[in-house]
Amino acid sequence: MIFEKIRAILVEELNVEEENVKPESKIKDDLGADSLDLFELINKVEDEFDVSIEEDDYDKLITVGNMVDYINKIKKNA
Amino acid sequence: MKTAIITGASKGIGAVTALRLNELGYSLVLNYRNDTSSMSELINKFTRKNTKNITIQCDISNYKDAKKLIDEAYENFEHVDVLINNAGITKDNILPLMTEEEFDRVIDTNLKGTFNCCKHISKRMIRQKYGRIINISSVVGLAGNAGQVNYSASKAGIIGMTKSMARELGKKNILVNAIAPGFIQTGMTDRIPEATRSEMVKNIPLQRLGRPSDIADVVEFLISNKSSYITGQVLSVNGGYYM
Repeated sequence: MIFEKIRAILVEELNVEEENVKPESKIKDDLGADSLDLFELINKVEDEFDVSIEEDDYDKLITVGNMVDYINKIKKNA
Repeated sequence: MKTAIITGASKGIGAVTALRLNELGYSLVLNYRNDTSSMSELINKFTRKNTKNITIQCDISNYKDAKKLIDEAYENFEHVDVLINNAGITKDNILPLMTEEEFDRVIDTNLKGTFNCCKHISKRMIRQKYGRIINISSVVGLAGNAGQVNYSASKAGIIGMTKSMARELGKKNILVNAIAPGFIQTGMTDRIPEATRSEMVKNIPLQRLGRPSDIADVVEFLISNKSSYITGQVLSVNGGYYM
């Protein structure tokens, strides 16, 4: 469920095809996001899941899967 | 209803700009560091009484205080349209006698303070996909000035920062510009000896010091719809003193 929601955000924000968004896809290298895009994506993800992602953790969010895992972890600890 | 944050709003250019924005119907978040009485005098002068205004006392050279300023602004108002980074200080001295503290203090308030406020508001403005940021630089940042190595460095730094921010934020519909005032009649220039001042005026083609309202006029232009294709620019308002 979390993956699907994040995929939907990526599809809308980055104008990419749904089938190209896989857990292993790198958000910058594969999906073409620049740093500012990534920042906005994180904003959208924060809003969607009502969580706050630490600035220091931005660097860890390289792939779509990283983002899914990150949200999973926060949700579990909440 | 539009909202603007003005740093260093208790006196000088900041105060006159605040009065102007009040006339224009803006709600204001007014930052000042220590002059509480000037701040309340200013609010009393507001002609439009139906606007909501708040004052926040803090030192914007402090990263966390600056964050608090921006956070509090957004707690009180749904969105902020305009940020005017006006807070600035001088600690003049000739280079061989300038202390490390004099250098650091001026850089911290003028340059880092501007960075702090821009950094913290940028996240919000990116989210709202709108914003106008105006950084108050100085003619001294362009031309240099004996006795102001620290001040001119801070004001030149603001210009570089303004251009980088304009490049970064343009695609998010955030416009960032700088105003470089010449010698404006404020408390800051009152400290210049009379003889030096009249000598300065001789070198100004328009033969007078600037008024704070000359700067407020340009602020008004830069926050209006009439400047929607202008970003990353330095508008010199100096009577022709430096071209």
